[in-house]
Amino acid sequence: MSFWEYANPKKFMGWTAPVLPYVFGAAALCLTIGLIWGFFFTPDDFRQGSTVKIIYLHVPAATMATGTWFMMLAASLIWVVRRHHVSALAARAAAPIGLTMTLIGLLTGAIWGQPMWGTYWAWDPRLTSFLILFLFYLGYIAMWEAIEDPDTAADLTSVLCMVGSVFAILSRYAVNFWNQGLHQGASLSLDAEEHVSDVFWQPLVICIVGFVLLFVGLVLMRTRTEIRARRIRALEARARRA
Amino acid sequence: MIALLLRDLRLAVRAGGGFGLGLAFFLIVIILVPFGVGPQVDLLTRIAPGILWVASLLAALLSLDRIFALDFEDGSLGLLATSPLPLEGAALMKALAHWITTGLPLTLVAPALGFLLSLAPEAYSYLLLSLLLGTPALSMIGTFGAALTVGLRRGGLLLSLLVLPLYVPTLIFGAEAVRRGADGLDATGALILLGTITAGCFALLPFATAATLRMNLR
Repeated sequence: MSFWEYANPKKFMGWTAPVLPYVFGAAALCLTIGLIWGFFFTPDDFRQGSTVKIIYLHVPAATMATGTWFMMLAASLIWVVRRHHVSALAARAAAPIGLTMTLIGLLTGAIWGQPMWGTYWAWDPRLTSFLILFLFYLGYIAMWEAIEDPDTAADLTSVLCMVGSVFAILSRYAVNFWNQGLHQGASLSLDAEEHVSDVFWQPLVICIVGFVLLFVGLVLMRTRTEIRARRIRALEARARRA
Repeated sequence: MIALLLRDLRLAVRAGGGFGLGLAFFLIVIILVPFGVGPQVDLLTRIAPGILWVASLLAALLSLDRIFALDFEDGSLGLLATSPLPLEGAALMKALAHWITTGLPLTLVAPALGFLLSLAPEAYSYLLLSLLLGTPALSMIGTFGAALTVGLRRGGLLLSLLVLPLYVPTLIFGAEAVRRGADGLDATGALILLGTITAGCFALLPFATAATLRMNLR
């Protein structure tokens, strides 16, 4: 029994069906606890007032936006090396989620930036590289939609994802060179000096866990949809031949 | 490889359209900018480096879909793939041919168009140098994008959506080098990084391009 057996579409459908409700349940639980704790039971920041509370949406969404791309990169690599169809479909399923997370990160940042920085948008390195990431997601999704043959689509998008990752990282550091930042440093890091105060930190971690679980649940659900869509295609093709 | 390069160059010059079109587009964009932002000289001087770089990037984008499309349609791309020449080499030559027919003329014309935008006098050498270093990367990245979309019927729009985000680092360093040159600052760092991107693109992207071509030809 190896790890790869779970990549068999039938096995995948089998084990995800019972697991999904638990994942979504845990996500809902974490998000409820984290958000309610964050919104109602943490003190206002002495400079930012209550606007600080948008951090419970902004930071997890931003974390997931980059995390999703890495997950797609890993899935693409698995597809190229081992050619597991579920892997390619999971990458496809994850892309719109990543796009949405990027959008949430950008929008919540804009809403927070208006009262705090006095502007919705600034050409700050972090903001700019997120906008570029947004464009990468758009290109990736458009590529999937444009190609009819599913295997070619999986091949080409995985190459795009790999090359895109290199350029996304390159852009991330290039914009640093181009402009000095307005955005604050890391909110969370292992270096305790740097990250936010404990009062905000605990609900934030719960929120991030909630977002990760939500992401896992959504990816599993969307991958199941993709597998079903693939089966319908196969059945239709068989019916046409018969 | 040289024969392939010469063939592509001859095709580009004789088949008309593509060769001069990029240059004409470049010229028109540069001429349109003062209409859009107004004729104040100091404003034009400030934005000239960025406008020149963005315009040359768009002009390079214009002829990308021709790199593989015609060869793909008449089947010569399949012949190239089965020939003794590695497909990586063919991809490299295609990018080189694209650069010679678009990037190089753009680089040579850009200083003349700098006059129209009243570019700062110190910036001309930096403009020439940065375009010379940067446009090959544009061609190579574009060749990769063209290889990705070669099998599609309406690949042109998708091509620009895919390629433009990949152009971001090149554009940043290129325009920054000219801007620093115009302000009398030290632009060596930006130029070195620009050269690094070009070298990296030419070292790695031919392999990605050849791999995508094989997937599209399968």
